[in-house]
Amino acid sequence: MKHARLLLAAAAAAPLVLAACGGGGDDGGPVTLRMTTWSANEDHLAMLNEIADAYIADHPEVEAIEFDPLPFEGYTSTLTTQIAGDNAPDLAWILENAAPDFVSSGALVPLSETLAETEGYEYDDLVPAATELWRQDDELYAYPFSTSPFGMFVNTDLLAEAGQPAPAELIADGQWTWERAVEAGAAVHAATGTDGIVIRDFDYTGWDNLSTLWTGWGASAWSADGAECGFDDPEMVEALTFMHDAVFEHQAMPGPGTTADFFAGEAAMTVTQISRAGLLADAPFAWDLVPLPAGPTGEYAVIGQAGLGVLTVAPHPEEAADFLAYMTNPENSAKLAQYFPPPRASQLTAEVLGQANPLLTPEQLQTVVIDQIDSGVVKPSHTGQAQLDQAVRAALDPLWTADADVAGVLTELCTAIDPLLAR
Amino acid sequence: MTSPHKTTSPRGTAPRGDAPEAGPSGKPAWWTARRRDRLAGYAFIAPQLAGTALFVILPLGLMFWYSLHDWNVLAGGFVFSGAENYERLARDPALPGVLRATAAFSVGLVALNLSLALLLAILLNQRLRGTVVFRTIFFSPVAVTLVAWTIVWRFLLQDDGGINGLLSALGAEGPNWLRGETTAMISVIVVQVLKNVGLNMVLFLAALQGVPKELYEASTIDGAGAWTRFRRITMPMISPTILLTAIITVVGSLQVFAQIDVLTGGGPGTATTVLVYYLYQNAFQFHDFGYGATLSVLLFAIVLVLTVIQWQMRRKWVVHED
Repeated sequence: MKHARLLLAAAAAAPLVLAACGGGGDDGGPVTLRMTTWSANEDHLAMLNEIADAYIADHPEVEAIEFDPLPFEGYTSTLTTQIAGDNAPDLAWILENAAPDFVSSGALVPLSETLAETEGYEYDDLVPAATELWRQDDELYAYPFSTSPFGMFVNTDLLAEAGQPAPAELIADGQWTWERAVEAGAAVHAATGTDGIVIRDFDYTGWDNLSTLWTGWGASAWSADGAECGFDDPEMVEALTFMHDAVFEHQAMPGPGTTADFFAGEAAMTVTQISRAGLLADAPFAWDLVPLPAGPTGEYAVIGQAGLGVLTVAPHPEEAADFLAYMTNPENSAKLAQYFPPPRASQLTAEVLGQANPLLTPEQLQTVVIDQIDSGVVKPSHTGQAQLDQAVRAALDPLWTADADVAGVLTELCTAIDPLLAR
Repeated sequence: MTSPHKTTSPRGTAPRGDAPEAGPSGKPAWWTARRRDRLAGYAFIAPQLAGTALFVILPLGLMFWYSLHDWNVLAGGFVFSGAENYERLARDPALPGVLRATAAFSVGLVALNLSLALLLAILLNQRLRGTVVFRTIFFSPVAVTLVAWTIVWRFLLQDDGGINGLLSALGAEGPNWLRGETTAMISVIVVQVLKNVGLNMVLFLAALQGVPKELYEASTIDGAGAWTRFRRITMPMISPTILLTAIITVVGSLQVFAQIDVLTGGGPGTATTVLVYYLYQNAFQFHDFGYGATLSVLLFAIVLVLTVIQWQMRRKWVVHED
């Protein structure tokens, strides 16, 4: 019995011993910083490593900077699990839909002072519209390293095959509207059997991507202060009725449970961010990138963002904040702009972005990116976003059947999420 | 060749028994054969015991501990909150729906899995050509990675997928399997049954082959038909295996996660949000680890109660135990 107790005690103590072995205590020597990203793209990592190497060369207090790519799907869950498991990174990319939770919870280190005091940083160069989501009470908690508007990629070969005019022509004639886009999508589907319009990453679950459509109707998921549900507003009912008709009546968009990848030539048009243009490098079809079609309330823009922050529970928050200031200074921001549209006014030029996006013409960059960053509406986000996300997804499911009562579903949706919005 | 009944002492010439050995000084020695036996025993179970303590008992204890806390992962807050999470559990409006979905999944899975496994085992227990091939075919999904298996089925079950393609070739129009509340639940159950039915089938086959042939011969002479032989001989003789497979399948059904995550994400609506998935959502998506731990305590209690009930029921319907 005594032996058994001893054994149990030894087994229980084992994790403590393991933890002590793995801790790598803070002895005041050079530190290793770790940053989580959701990009495992080799070019992205090479660029990040280049910036990190230059920093380490001048900063003996940092001996290494590791970039730790996590899968995009489940990124925020993995990050929070690492934090819960006492294995938090020093710096982390943060998705826009997680921004309110991270910014308001105290999970991130305030950055304004560090950035403003860094020599040559040009803090005032940051575009206010781009940093809004990442600020609280005028304090900046994360740097929006990617501020990328949504546009419409178009397979002009498929449109021509269906006898439809290219969107560029429609834009020139002032006729580039959702109604015309759906008409063209339906024509492509009828003529070729290929799908018409795909709102990328929506797939009947990622509903926040539908803001790229409903913003054109003046609708929004909730009021600006986040307190009131906007799904039962007449504008939203009209926008989603339009979408419902496009799917089930006109068959201009693939229905639920059907996958179609524009970049593999399986759809005529897709709504997504410009950063996907790289997927078209070897496209066997002719394509164009145009701004989102106008809705009933006119032209509009929607932007997706990603922030970079230092975690409060990071092992080395001070060194991490200093590296963040270096990584996002004007010189390095220009490097980052190769892949991610920067939030710096001085760098939002077709010339800078053009070096980074050789597949896009200066005109495309001007109309789809630069002109839109100031006026763009950021995709919906709210504190408790994960729970809201799930609740809205579940409540929207009944909408995606041919005989759905759109207004009825949306009224019920608001009943379901009102308690979450009120928190 | 030595007789199988002859035993040799693994300790060579060391004397057996409980009597302490006399040391050089004539005092009873501390290092006795009995102590040595015990130490050897502990040494053998130590790795397993350490593993169980580290990966089962410790997490189980921590789970109870966490369930008494309000744990805000992002802000780094970990505050003792007493029974608050348990009060929330009692009031959680989503929980009844989650428990209904869990029950529907478990009942459907256990019923379909056990009956199909038994049917296949009986069919493959016949002395016919090709049974070995079929046994391999039915068992092979057990060896396939769960997520890979499920992803393939997701493609097959989508609206324009293989199943509906096959149905339309036969002139029928299939539903959008994963988007209808009932069809989504049926799909998840069937995909899981096809994945694991082979394991239960093999267990049943082994049990069937252990039933003495004389019993069948005697009953045939007494005039028993096929159904009577099955009901009066086969079922009682394999009842310990039925109990074992039932317990394993019930416990397994309550832990289904990857299939739900890959196939339906808990939808449509919340039709396939079973307890483990709900627990995952709360802990890992909503960052509420305290409440997630409380839900795992509930799951632990449910599994424990069901297993105890089944174990007690064996007296009623398990005819013999080896």
